[in-house]
Amino acid sequence: MPKGSVAITTERCKGCGFCVEFCPTHVLELSSAFNAKGYHPPHMINAEKCSGCNLCGMYCPDFAIFGYRNPVDKPQKGTHS
Amino acid sequence: MSTTELHVHNPVEDLLRQDRIPTIWCPGCGIGTTVNSFAHALLGQDIDLKKTAIVSGIGCSGRVSGYMNLDSFHTTHGRAIPFATGLKLANPELNVIVYSGDGDLTSIGGNHLLHAARRNMDLMVVCVNNMIYAMTGGQAAATTPGAANSTTTPYGAFEPELNIPQIVDAAGACFVARWTAFHVMQLERTMAKALKKKGFRFIEILSPCPTYFQRKNNMGDGLAAMVDYKKRSKIKNGCPTWETVLEPGGEIIVGEFVDREREDYLTRMRRQLGSNYTEFPPQMEEHESEGCSKEC
Amino acid sequence: MHADQRCVLTGTHFINGDAACCEGALAAGARFAAGYPITPSTEIVERFAARAPKVGGLFIQMEDELASSIAIQGMVWAGQKSFTVTSGPGYSLMMEHIGLAAISETPCVFVDVQRGGPSTGLPTLPAQGDMMQARFGSHGDYVTIALCPNSPQECFDLAVKSFNLAEQYRVPVMFMMDECVGHMTEKVVIPKADDIALFPRRHASKPPGEFTLFEPGPDLVPEMAHAGEGYKVYVTGLTHDKRGYPVLNADAQRELITRLFEKIRRASDELTMVEAEGLEDADVVVVSYGITSRVAQRAIQMARDKGLKVGKLRLICVWPFPEKLIRELASKVKALVMPELNMGQVVLELERCAGGQCQVISVPHPGGTVHKPAEILEAIERGAR
Repeated sequence: MPKGSVAITTERCKGCGFCVEFCPTHVLELSSAFNAKGYHPPHMINAEKCSGCNLCGMYCPDFAIFGYRNPVDKPQKGTHS
Repeated sequence: MSTTELHVHNPVEDLLRQDRIPTIWCPGCGIGTTVNSFAHALLGQDIDLKKTAIVSGIGCSGRVSGYMNLDSFHTTHGRAIPFATGLKLANPELNVIVYSGDGDLTSIGGNHLLHAARRNMDLMVVCVNNMIYAMTGGQAAATTPGAANSTTTPYGAFEPELNIPQIVDAAGACFVARWTAFHVMQLERTMAKALKKKGFRFIEILSPCPTYFQRKNNMGDGLAAMVDYKKRSKIKNGCPTWETVLEPGGEIIVGEFVDREREDYLTRMRRQLGSNYTEFPPQMEEHESEGCSKEC
Repeated sequence: MHADQRCVLTGTHFINGDAACCEGALAAGARFAAGYPITPSTEIVERFAARAPKVGGLFIQMEDELASSIAIQGMVWAGQKSFTVTSGPGYSLMMEHIGLAAISETPCVFVDVQRGGPSTGLPTLPAQGDMMQARFGSHGDYVTIALCPNSPQECFDLAVKSFNLAEQYRVPVMFMMDECVGHMTEKVVIPKADDIALFPRRHASKPPGEFTLFEPGPDLVPEMAHAGEGYKVYVTGLTHDKRGYPVLNADAQRELITRLFEKIRRASDELTMVEAEGLEDADVVVVSYGITSRVAQRAIQMARDKGLKVGKLRLICVWPFPEKLIRELASKVKALVMPELNMGQVVLELERCAGGQCQVISVPHPGGTVHKPAEILEAIERGAR
């Protein structure tokens, strides 16, 4: 399981690309799909590299994306991947 | 596409008026980015949000107050600072933040900026500088650098740009900093620091205006501006503010330039008044609620 | 000086109108003021600056009148009563924020000690040339209330009244003094604090979450919540809905602006404040306001000595204009005579309300001094013919 993930509210996205450009681990890409307003929202292309640092969230001018850390499974390590 | 398996929640949302989102800001505008830093700075502090008011003037950045889930005041063009001054004086318990644009704060409101800094009024002022009047359609501002084009300077501006940190410093602000919308983490730290400080605190943030400033000057979109900020910025904390001029194409000096201790207006007032000052007696509650008699 | 906790300077005093106005503001509960020095108004805030700190208040001298006229609105939204004081040129600068106070329904008082204009005009001499500005000075459609005192005593009484009306209707109230009244020294009797009724702030009666900031009450006036009380108020100079949120369309504009007008229109009977005498059998009525009413008084006496039937109608509240009263009066008399220290401003409203039922005679005066009684007498005689 990757350390983190992102939550995207696609309909708020205006496709500025800030999150894609400044993601330190290059997790994101603007999708070829459109949202209702005709923008290309981001999607994860390297989900396993996401650290959940939320830099994407800090950059997003439209409050459309944010990163979070996945909870760490402490006791039962290796039970599933 | 969106993650649903966890009850994840963007903490910034608590500070936004959800029913007002999406914002009116253009794609690639940096104002919303600065709001993230601001929201995180507020949340990371031991600050009573109930006692926090945000005041804006007019313009794109002037819309920030209305998106924040705080006591929001969207005032007149250039006059956010004097409104905020009244708010603070009449209720010193309030944390008062002015969030507005370069045209609003430094041009039409320039006089108020100078005098609030001189008084060391206990206000935090955030100036989002997009170097142009964007809400009205891309006219030249006092901050439009060098010979940049705008709709009112089709042959380039004939006047030099204002170095805002220098004038605010000279007028007596106790804290002066500059970042760009690219510097989200530094900005958050600076805002957090400024929120904790007493007196007139001023933070300038360069921010892209893809629709007008970038477009009129063939500078690409908002992202190109952000990348440009990353490239051209040089962090110089403590830099003398006369060296922070924004030369077109030159270095963008960023950092915390001024951080000094100076007695703020209200503290000084109390000290000087001494026994001539009486604490606020309760007023509004005290009045008889019978309405107005004919004789008064 | 002795004052109780409410800062009421009870007793009999020999003070000028500016000082009385300051005492009125304090007695009304105003503890905060912002202003910029300008003759002939400055004495009001000079006195306030000395008095206010002793009751937890403050005067701040701002960098200009634009700043003063909005700083007071910050003070009001912080929960206080507040006012600013100015004259001619400063009043012009305040216009934008009179509009803000009107649209954001911020109860506050603007004192204008009128002097000769336009521009710098006659800084130390009287006029009444700002009367139309008091009604229409800011852009767009809005309504204000304007009171005109004619003595230092009224500078006190009507200052209190101005604050009360501001709170009651949530409008900016224009307190239209003039240089003569401001600098005139007379006996002023200040009652006991308990005998001065105050209209309390219409504070939110519901808790945060249940309260809507611009939800009109039965009299169309909304309740008010302040910054720092947990209501997360949203106040804007843009056209807004009941929540205070900007809504930029014709429907929202119609709803808001008609309510702002209607809340004052409905109160027009209560806001008809006049001093009337000898109207019953009058052929001619002299309608005046402020300092001019005192010259008119002399002219009326002179006319009566000549056997003319002359009535007196002094407008204490000029805006809203006492339309109904004037309409009725105009149907009964030969002429209405209006002397004023301007080239004919309020007389236009008088003419409109008279609606051609009687003659309306303007006695204009460019200001700098007051009318000569003979000038008004001449107009009375013309009207009686």
